[in-house]
This record gives sequence, C-alpha cells and structure tokens, in this order.
Amino acid sequence: MMNDMKQIKHHLTEPLLMGYAAGTLPEAFNLVVATHISMCDSCRAALAEYDAVGGEVMLDSEPVDVAEDALAATLAMIDGGLPAEKPMPARAKDTVFPGPLQDYVNGDLDSLKWRKVGGGVSQLVLKTSKDASVRLLRIPAGTAVPDHGHRGTELTLVLQGAFTDEEDRFGAGDVEVANEDLHHTPVAEKGVDCICLAATDAPLLFNGLVPRIAQKFIGI
Amino acid sequence: MLTEPNALRKADALPPPVTYGDHKAQPVRKTRNTKVTPEATAKRMAWVVQVYAVRDNKDRKAFAELFGYFAPRVKSFLMKSGASPDLAEECTQEVMATLWNKAHMFDPTKASVSTWIFTIARNRKIDILRKQRRPEPEDLPWGPEAEPDQVEAMGLQQETEQLGQALATLPAEQRKLIERAYFGELTHSQIAAETGLPLGTIKSRIRLALDRLRHAMK
Repeated sequence: MMNDMKQIKHHLTEPLLMGYAAGTLPEAFNLVVATHISMCDSCRAALAEYDAVGGEVMLDSEPVDVAEDALAATLAMIDGGLPAEKPMPARAKDTVFPGPLQDYVNGDLDSLKWRKVGGGVSQLVLKTSKDASVRLLRIPAGTAVPDHGHRGTELTLVLQGAFTDEEDRFGAGDVEVANEDLHHTPVAEKGVDCICLAATDAPLLFNGLVPRIAQKFIGI
Repeated sequence: MLTEPNALRKADALPPPVTYGDHKAQPVRKTRNTKVTPEATAKRMAWVVQVYAVRDNKDRKAFAELFGYFAPRVKSFLMKSGASPDLAEECTQEVMATLWNKAHMFDPTKASVSTWIFTIARNRKIDILRKQRRPEPEDLPWGPEAEPDQVEAMGLQQETEQLGQALATLPAEQRKLIERAYFGELTHSQIAAETGLPLGTIKSRIRLALDRLRHAMK
C-alpha cells in the first residue's frame, strides 16, 4: 500500500483535511479521505496538524459545567466495564483496497458484484449515509468515462492504474477534487484497468441525451 | 524516563523544556517566533504523566484531574456542535471513560493530550450526533513499539502549545471562522470558499508535528 506514495502528485485540499479532522464531512467523503491518507504520508501529517487545531479549539471553548456526579458516574461506567467495541475484521494486505475501504467492500476486485454502466465501465455503489454517495469505478484500460460535469464536489481517488483528463494525469494514490467548474472526460490509460473510488455530494451531470437517460436508471 | 510515571508526577520536577540536547538536530525550531513558556509546556507534560498514571496504575486521582480539566471542555465542544445539554453530558462521560480504556494507545510523540481527547470526542460526535460510521486511515506499520522518547514527546507538546497560542492570537474574525469550521457550522465547500479562513496562516506559521511525523515514518 505504501509503495506508490512517492509518486503521489495530487493531494487532498486543505478544506477536505480540515473537514475530516472536524468530523463534518459526509461519510462518503470521509471514506475517500481516509483511503487516500492510508496511501499518502504527507496528507497524514497534514491531518495531524488539523487534529491538533481541533484539540486547541476544544481547549479554548468556554467550559460548561458537567453534572455534579459526572466523575462518579464515569468511574462507575469504567468499573461496570464499557461495552466491548466491535472487533475490526482483519485487513488484507495484498489487495488494491486500503484498510478503510476493505471495511466497506466484501471481497477483492474480481469477486465483487460490479454493475455495468455502459461503455465497458462498471461500478459498485458502497453503502454510506445519504448526504453524499461513493462508488467504486472500474474503467477498462483505454476506455473513456462519458463527459460529465458536477453540481457539487466530486472526489476521485485512483486505486489502481491511471486516468488522464483535461486537467492532468492521475495515477495510483492521486485524488482529483472537481467542482462545478470542471467538465471532464477521464480516459483510463492503456495497461491495467483503472480502479477509482469516487464520491460526490450531488448527482453528476452528463453531457448528451443517452448518458442522461442512462443516469436515471443507474443512479450515477 | 516517562516509563516511570511517578518520576514526572510533579510538573516542577521536569527538566527545563528548552533543553533539546542536540540543537543541530532541531534547526526548524530556531526560526519560531511564538514564545512558549516553560510553565505551559510543563502543564501539557503533566497531562501526559496523568494519562500514563491511568494506563499503568489505574490512578483515579490522576484521572480525576484530567476529568476536571477536560470534561467541561469536551461538553462545551459537543454542545457547540449541536448536542443537547443532556446528550453532551452523556457523551462527555463516555469520552472520558474511553480515555481510561484506551490510555495504552496514547503516544505523546504523536499527539498532545488535548489533541487525543479531541479526536475521541469528535469520533463520538460523528457516531452519536450524525449517526455515521467513521472510516479511519490504515495504521502505519510502525514496527516494534518503542517506548516514546521523552525529548520527542516534549517537543511535540511544545509545538502544540505554540499552535494553541498562534490560534489564540489570530484576529478575532479569523479565529471565529476556525471555530465555526470545527463546530460544524461551515461545510467543506464553505470552508473552501471562505477567503477569510486563515488556512495559509496556520500552515505557514505552525509546522506542527510534520517533521516529527516524517522522521517517525522513516
């Protein structure tokens, strides 16, 4: 998982890191952020800074009295034994899915229930809270994803392979942060299939009638 | 050494925090212009010692001291994030109980006690208030756990103190924006659009933990 980190060129934005530290992003975005950080040391270090900012903001907030018996109640809770946390399932090493993503998918690339969405592209929508959505995309080498724009923010993290669009080339570990100004046509590089984790907080806008009709049915 | 919790029980037993041993290894710090008093760093190191006392001796007195300082601030943070007073009270107690249970996971070379408690409170907030799962990054393969180095720990506590002071001395409007971002009053797109948000200021004035983390990851 750490092999590609030196080649990562496109990182998370400061607002995303801050939002993740603050705990205010939609779950779908948190998943992309946590997955990228699992692959990227510099964003991990930047996150530590934003966590520290949160700690200082908390320290400086006007203290609010706790209940008179709060300490006793907490000690009683400790003595009673806290409910055991659900043990995290063991995380595999030899997979294109970093740890946080493994908690959301059942199996590896070829055992997943991919759904074709046209043009050879397949997707798998992951279950998260409704304020945003996140999916895995499998784009065959050399294939283009239909030209589309965005109403909100779209985060696309490359897990395997690479794609190129009007902006740049995005390889494993790179994340593209697109907003409503960007209309792009990502094309997967030749070689291996491009696997991406893509999150959006609004439906994508496809240019062209057929994709728009298709969108109604496949829910991109 | 910090492996013996009692050795550092009293803040005044600490060596002067400005003593780094090898100044050449720490060139970045010489350029800092925010003054951090030895007392402020000693206070943070005292929290570290209290967490160690909880971890090693299940020390209720040390826990009570941490509780007295942090619980009212955790509750404040949760209420400002939208929790009712009752829910905030309940969550605060759970956060502090988690501190007790996870004391063995605390590493003062990677976080100040304030940072660590904040992350526990934040995760609780996401769980309870937003009813969402919280995807966490993969742990780094740190290798065999070495006992945290005290000089390194003190350096990090000092840097966090510096960060706190830098935040406190930001112009009121900018500080307010940072607070609103952490209390959930700004979405990430609002943060992105908010030109008054001093993200650049934070980044350039405070290089908190970066060097240490990078060093630790080599």
